[in-house]
Amino acid sequence: MTTLKPDAVVVGGGAAGMAAALELEKAGCSCVIVEREEGLGGILMQCAHAGFGLVEFDEELTGPEFAERFAEKVLASKVTVLDGATALELRDEGERKVLDCCSAKRGVVRIEARAVVLAMGCRERNRGNVRIPGSRPAGVYTAGLAQRLVNIEGVVPGRRVVVIGSGDIGLIMARRMSWIGAKVEAVVEILPYPSGLTRNIVQCLEDFGIPLYLGHQTTRIFGKDRVEGVEIAPLENGALDLSRARTIPCDTVLLSVGLVPENELSRGAGVELNPATGGPKVDSTLMTNVPGVFACGNVLHVHDLVDWVAEEARRAGAHAAAWLRGERPGPELRVKAGANVRYVAPVKVDLSRKNRVYFRSLAVLHGATLEARIDRRVVRKIRKGHVQPSEMQSIELGPEDFADLAEAGSDAVLEIALV
Amino acid sequence: MSGISDVLVIGAGVSGACVARRLSAYELDVVLVDREPDVSFGTSKANSGIVHGGFHHSGAKLKARLEIQGNLMFDRLKRELDFPFERCGIVVAALHDEEMRAIEQLHRQGLENGAVGIEMCSRERILELEPALGPEVVGGLHAPGGGIVEPYRFVFAVVESALKNGVALRTGFKAVRAERVGEIWRVHAEDGRAIDARWVVNAAGLYADEVSALFGAEDFAIKPRKGEYYLLDRAARAKPRKVVFPVPSANSKGMLVIPTVEGTVLVGPTADDVGDKGDFGTTRERLERILASARSLVPAVSEADVIASFAGLRPVSGDDFYIDLSARAPNLVQVAGIQSPGLTASPAIGEYVKDLLKKGGLRLVEKASYDPFLEPKPRVRETDAFGIDRLVAEDPAYGNIVCRCERVSEAEIVAAIRAGHDTLDGIKYFTRAQMGRCQGGFCTYRIVKIIMRETGKDWDEVTKRGGASRLVEGEL
Repeated sequence: MTTLKPDAVVVGGGAAGMAAALELEKAGCSCVIVEREEGLGGILMQCAHAGFGLVEFDEELTGPEFAERFAEKVLASKVTVLDGATALELRDEGERKVLDCCSAKRGVVRIEARAVVLAMGCRERNRGNVRIPGSRPAGVYTAGLAQRLVNIEGVVPGRRVVVIGSGDIGLIMARRMSWIGAKVEAVVEILPYPSGLTRNIVQCLEDFGIPLYLGHQTTRIFGKDRVEGVEIAPLENGALDLSRARTIPCDTVLLSVGLVPENELSRGAGVELNPATGGPKVDSTLMTNVPGVFACGNVLHVHDLVDWVAEEARRAGAHAAAWLRGERPGPELRVKAGANVRYVAPVKVDLSRKNRVYFRSLAVLHGATLEARIDRRVVRKIRKGHVQPSEMQSIELGPEDFADLAEAGSDAVLEIALV
Repeated sequence: MSGISDVLVIGAGVSGACVARRLSAYELDVVLVDREPDVSFGTSKANSGIVHGGFHHSGAKLKARLEIQGNLMFDRLKRELDFPFERCGIVVAALHDEEMRAIEQLHRQGLENGAVGIEMCSRERILELEPALGPEVVGGLHAPGGGIVEPYRFVFAVVESALKNGVALRTGFKAVRAERVGEIWRVHAEDGRAIDARWVVNAAGLYADEVSALFGAEDFAIKPRKGEYYLLDRAARAKPRKVVFPVPSANSKGMLVIPTVEGTVLVGPTADDVGDKGDFGTTRERLERILASARSLVPAVSEADVIASFAGLRPVSGDDFYIDLSARAPNLVQVAGIQSPGLTASPAIGEYVKDLLKKGGLRLVEKASYDPFLEPKPRVRETDAFGIDRLVAEDPAYGNIVCRCERVSEAEIVAAIRAGHDTLDGIKYFTRAQMGRCQGGFCTYRIVKIIMRETGKDWDEVTKRGGASRLVEGEL
């Protein structure tokens, strides 16, 4: 068994892991990236469509192009990349964090580091998670698996497709399947509004004449060997109206019903998770409750754009480097989700500097105003107009917003609300 | 070899497999066939995976006797065959004082049957034994001899042992006609194959009635009774230590909360008679009912932990097993109506059928070369970091983790394929790859590519479970 002893280990070589590692290296820390796949890039590598990098690079790139820009820098840097390597276990031994990983090339490698950046990304929710009844024929795939099959393996998953859920990958795949000559019969969304970005609804469904059934539940998948169809029914005031159930014949079902941060490794190390995001609870430096363990990207909370992943991951890398230098955050203030807000990340802000807090709305709101309040006192008010859960929001708060905090008392809480 | 087998066992589920393995200890030419593309693809793959405690059935019934006997055989079988089995114990939880009357009944029945260590429990005692139970529990029954087993892995191991000892396996063999040719049975399959045998064991599960008819034997009906289940994530909070039963009803043992031997949690099953032997569909109402029932026993059962749902069909024929020499067809043994506790009883069924064959005139001569042991297989999931490092040194494929959720390596998948499990479902049941929380979202394409490499199949030739269950249309 080989043992490596870098300053920091980054778990995951996707956009988040690469951005964090580059930042660590820039700060002079030795760093190892552990990546499951052969090569860097993570899930970006199967995202053949454009739309990445508008914020990060001010141009529209495909997933692999976006990943390539980071991967080139990583490979040119002193960062060590262990790819094709699966992380087995992360242990917190106080000053020392131990990550065991294994690969066909190197066997088990034990990495003993003083800091860890979790950047494992997320996984797709599956049929069982959303409890769609019926038979279990071949031809039911998550949208991400179908994307892999088409874009990388070069195979056709099926000819007549129903997409369940209107998450972004599902919308992208509806278009992709149309392009390869399949007929996409419908996209079925249980919520009264789409789960994906508006630009994807327009570019992937409307431009291809694919019907979107909002407020419809999939009540059954049927078929013996291969999928033969799905049955859907509308929801009226939250209840299924089975009298208006209808059957859509198809041979393939793609599921795009949400993403879940993948934190099994984190949990094993004692990292506390936020039930609202499925990701770790992190402080103003993106550090988890386990000192020296940081988190960023989709393992922390599911992002809408990779550009924000890179932004957040850079901060995680820089904070991890600062932590390694012995720096600690100043006095912090707890942040919580207020009215109409599903979650906030991080859950603490540093009173002495600028902080960026990401959050998502709980519902589609028109004419919304974002309010940051400390103990009910509004410290910042921003007109937002239209907000929807599919689009991630952020707010920057700095010392000027915390000026009168002495009055509020030491157990004050910052609340982010949409009103 | 004359081309005539001594015994043809129809059905490679748990009963047929145990019969075949038992017979493999003798100087006999045995053929085991199944209509499906792999073994254990019928009732044996979708059930509660329980080694029962010996108290649910009256000792007057054959199934109660075989249950007790079979239960006692599992420790030795585990040593021989290396399959996941754990004697974790069973509790039956009473939620009202009236239910304690039924508990007393079960206790008496268990004592009469000879169930080892069975005890009546006060509220305090049962909560001590099983802290996951809800506060409503008033008492119950504890059967320490009950346990949990991975049913398909048990069948795979039993079949592998049988094959090692000379049994021949023919999958995809759907018997459609049987004819008497002199003193032998000639059994024809749908695809044109035929097997000649002196004796036939009908262990065809859901199709035992149809197989019986092929031989002009007893006229009975197998009625499928569907059981739907929910599978919960291994990280679910609702993980009991023991199998938790409610107080049973007239036609079912009720819906259980089962800590599976591999660390997940299973809740179910329902019990509904259905008309179609191919109806494995689940329904929203029944699945919701399972959750409600499971929560009444173990309140921490949460729909948020569900990773899969599925249904199995029990082959019901009357209220007891039907295992006997046919009175109408010569040299035929019927092994039918093997519903619960069939898995528990199966090793004893093997023994019982062997005795019936002997009684019927089959000459049994012990085989000197019989080896009941299988070499334990390395599993990365059960190996520590140093052990994995050693495995990778022997075969680098152990270092390539294909299924991240259940931690299954490429080497284990290759071993499954080389053992004949070359469908996605076969590999799933053999290795657990695709059985975890992502349900194949990440590993399906990797497994397909390994199947293609190992078998030379094309993308559109790989199937989920044989037949028309192909995964993709082909290349772009």
